Amino acid sequence: MTAALVAVQPTTTWYLVLAAMLFTIGAVGVLVRRNPLVMFMCIELMLNAVNLSFVALAKNLGDISGQTTVFFVMVVAAAEVVVGLGIVVAILRRRPGTTADDLAELKG
Amino acid sequence: MELVVFICASAMVLGGAVGVIVRNHPVHAALSLVLTLFGVAVLFVAQEAHFLAAVQVIVYAGAIVVLFLFVIMLLGVDRVENIDIEPIKVQRPLAIIVGVGLLSVLVTAVVQARSAIASSSGSGIDDATVTGDPDSNVRQIARNLFGDYVFAFELVSVLLVVAVVATVLLSRRPDKSGGPK
Repeated sequence: MTAALVAVQPTTTWYLVLAAMLFTIGAVGVLVRRNPLVMFMCIELMLNAVNLSFVALAKNLGDISGQTTVFFVMVVAAAEVVVGLGIVVAILRRRPGTTADDLAELKG
Repeated sequence: MELVVFICASAMVLGGAVGVIVRNHPVHAALSLVLTLFGVAVLFVAQEAHFLAAVQVIVYAGAIVVLFLFVIMLLGVDRVENIDIEPIKVQRPLAIIVGVGLLSVLVTAVVQARSAIASSSGSGIDDATVTGDPDSNVRQIARNLFGDYVFAFELVSVLLVVAVVATVLLSRRPDKSGGPK
């Protein structure tokens, strides 16, 4: 039993399936949650799912460019979070307790 | 051994991800996000992306989640929200259907394409246990980043400056004297 467990190695497909599940959870989270902060967290989940598949494929294909791309994705994600949270702070300071539904119209 | 690591890290990732969308307290959701990010970092190590695992912990768990918690505390929204209220009645069932559909499409695509990714086409990733150099992963990424992608690297630095300026402008209080907001 133990020997059989040791023999099984997680392949790239396992990682890609895990990334697909993580991406789906993030997408469903963006659709069902109404708090703008939690929606941002769900976007982070989706970005991480894509990063995970990039790294798994970089290992599989033997190409370091996949890891470099993940580095860029992380930088862009950090910039996105900074600007996004700036917008959320600007909105919530004016109208406390607001949800994404209250922001359906762009008119301030 | 690798299987055990994979199973534990997957449980962390999926448990944390589910926690983000079902917890009704924003602080709990942020802490579940930390769990997911650490799980992803463990999987990065398992895939020989040691540098990215360190960056993942420092940038994501260290900076981004702290930023989330900071904003939650700053705005005082750290209270339990009622997630049972759903203004659009059909949205939750529709979201579940969309989720199941998306997952089945992605998993089918991945399983169908598993023969295509079986062949290694690149020049290989340096493994520290093979080359004997503990810095081999960092060295290889640096060569790639500052060689092939140096223009993109410079553009990203411009993007970061723009983001910083934009955030300072956004978070400034409106000027009473009639200046630009």
